[in-house]
Amino acid sequence: MSRTAIIILGATSAIAQQYARLQAERGARLLLVGRDSERLAEIAADLTLRGAETVEIPDMDLTAPTDGYQAAWTSLASRLGERLDIVLLAYGALGHQDAAEADPAETVRLLNANMVSACAWLTAAANHLERQGHGTIAAIASVAGDRGRRSNYVYGAAKGGLALFMEGLTHRLAGTPVRVLTVKPGLVDTPMTDDMNKNGPLWATPAKVAADIDKAIARGRTVLYTPWFWRPIMLVIRCLPRVLFHRLRL
Amino acid sequence: MSPHAKTVASWGNLSHGGHMVAAPSFHDEIPMALNELIAQCRSVLPYGLGRSYGDVCLNTGKGLLLTERLDRFLTFDATSGILRAEAGVTIGEALRLTVPKGWFVPVTPGTKFVTLGGAVANDVHGKNHHLAGTFGRFVRKLALRRSDGSVTECGPDRERDLFRATIGGLGLTGLIEWVEIDLQPIASAEIEMQSLRFAGVEGFFEMSADSVSWPYVVSWIDCLSQGSALGRGIFMRGRHAETGALVAARAKGGLGIPVTPPVGLVTPLSVRLFNEAYYRRPGATFTGRTHFDPFFYPLDRLHHWNRAYGPRGFYQYQSVLPPETARRGTIEMLKCIAASGQASCLVVLKNFGDAPAAGMLSFPMAGTTLALDFPNRGNRTLALFAALDDIVVRCGGRLYAAKDARMVPAMFHGGYPELDRFRTFLDPAFDSDLKRRLSI
Repeated sequence: MSRTAIIILGATSAIAQQYARLQAERGARLLLVGRDSERLAEIAADLTLRGAETVEIPDMDLTAPTDGYQAAWTSLASRLGERLDIVLLAYGALGHQDAAEADPAETVRLLNANMVSACAWLTAAANHLERQGHGTIAAIASVAGDRGRRSNYVYGAAKGGLALFMEGLTHRLAGTPVRVLTVKPGLVDTPMTDDMNKNGPLWATPAKVAADIDKAIARGRTVLYTPWFWRPIMLVIRCLPRVLFHRLRL
Repeated sequence: MSPHAKTVASWGNLSHGGHMVAAPSFHDEIPMALNELIAQCRSVLPYGLGRSYGDVCLNTGKGLLLTERLDRFLTFDATSGILRAEAGVTIGEALRLTVPKGWFVPVTPGTKFVTLGGAVANDVHGKNHHLAGTFGRFVRKLALRRSDGSVTECGPDRERDLFRATIGGLGLTGLIEWVEIDLQPIASAEIEMQSLRFAGVEGFFEMSADSVSWPYVVSWIDCLSQGSALGRGIFMRGRHAETGALVAARAKGGLGIPVTPPVGLVTPLSVRLFNEAYYRRPGATFTGRTHFDPFFYPLDRLHHWNRAYGPRGFYQYQSVLPPETARRGTIEMLKCIAASGQASCLVVLKNFGDAPAAGMLSFPMAGTTLALDFPNRGNRTLALFAALDDIVVRCGGRLYAAKDARMVPAMFHGGYPELDRFRTFLDPAFDSDLKRRLSI
């Protein structure tokens, strides 16, 4: 059997890098898409040493591809050849809630970076895999999308919208061989969250999240909370009556 | 990626101080991270995995540049065994890459959870010091970034003085960006090993003399035994096997201590029971094969084992005494420790070889090294250390900075004759709790 062929959209993200390492050690063929070609090259050199069969690093702004989404997707997918096994969408932007509240344009930017552009890529990817009759699409949403909270509801709305889109995609492709996985990480120690206070037991490493994603893909799961304890935590937060919820500063 | 506040402790958990930290993920982010930390905090120190015990990796109230995300392999030649990797790559990760291709790190400390940058900055040693010397002797080249913005590639044959200052330089000469090392070829991931009991410290010296041809040698000591059993223990020696599979150990979950218990678990009674059982267990005498992981890294299986010492943390005391005084001085120290009843189960005794020091502040020198953990019992523990210091100084020995949190400046200055020379290579913007404490 030939090597697993993987497209990672947002390959310089910390979680994506760790996932790529897991796959590189198994000899995967990797197509890493991101904005910064120099950083992609650093990652590619490392992944090649770790065992990846091939690593290609086309650079583009995923939130606004020059030729449009469909054309960009077609050209990306053709680089890996006949069969595509896994598409991981890992890019996103946390932004600043304050800035988004003050400036509608920033709100639009965050919605585009986390949801609108992502849904465009996922549409192209889903159609490709459906035609091919094989493969897994995974996208990184967030527990922040499970309930709108004052501390980050713009980011949360975007990730929640992405999760809803993925849920619909899962439904659409349920009768096909194509698998769809929505990943909902909690607090992860990555550059994206470096402005937050990271003391405390809830923080997970990107390596842990990547390992969970890997397992969930292998098992054909549809929704992954990672680490696992976020599932009960978010269940409680979703179920809090509004009277109580509005007293909390979450 | 701007600097943010974080509480950081070293492995000994003696202090939990606030730091400003920045963790660049890519090479192009390093200059800005350094500059911002220096501008905001006036000084910076590189921080790897924080496995040193005392304050060598801390810069309380000031800046730490975390190297954990600079963890990429740059080049590896499976024919020559030359590996170049960023400073945040750990020995464990390096082994996962190189062991399947028949290469092993030339020197390893007792945990694989150390970064290459930390291994260089502390010029770590291992069970093969008597033949191989320290880690720094196998560094071919490294890139050192200074606060003035310069990056210097240095090695044994290029910028040699700056190189010798940086090997064992405690992170004070600048930021090590990457390291290139010579690996050693292995035919198997397994170790042929022997372990033997010795009934007293004399047995240790005899077995050491008989074992110079074994590349890996180390001993455990029951430091509570007294009288004729003073310094009884278990002698372990090993060599890479000639046959067997080349598999790096899987990153298994292993056990761990999830939270720090409210009181330490390491008490005189628990140590006495453990030592007796450990010394008497059938496995204490063994000849056979084992994978390199349990041989080199037995404690790595118990994650956060440092938490067993409770919220007050623990000290490690590691000394080396020169050959002339080693026997007498070691016996005197063991008597002093046994009488105090304070030590823990983790005690290591080993003879160093006479390989020339790789760095200006390298700790190892020819002689005998003794390393012990002590739960922090405040003044009682510090008084014992003062007594041990007397013996070490009288015997012409010195202490290991990577383990230290309390020696006095005079002891450090007296033990490291190249200190003045080293000082001329300090980077003015790099600082640490240890540097301030020891007036380096």
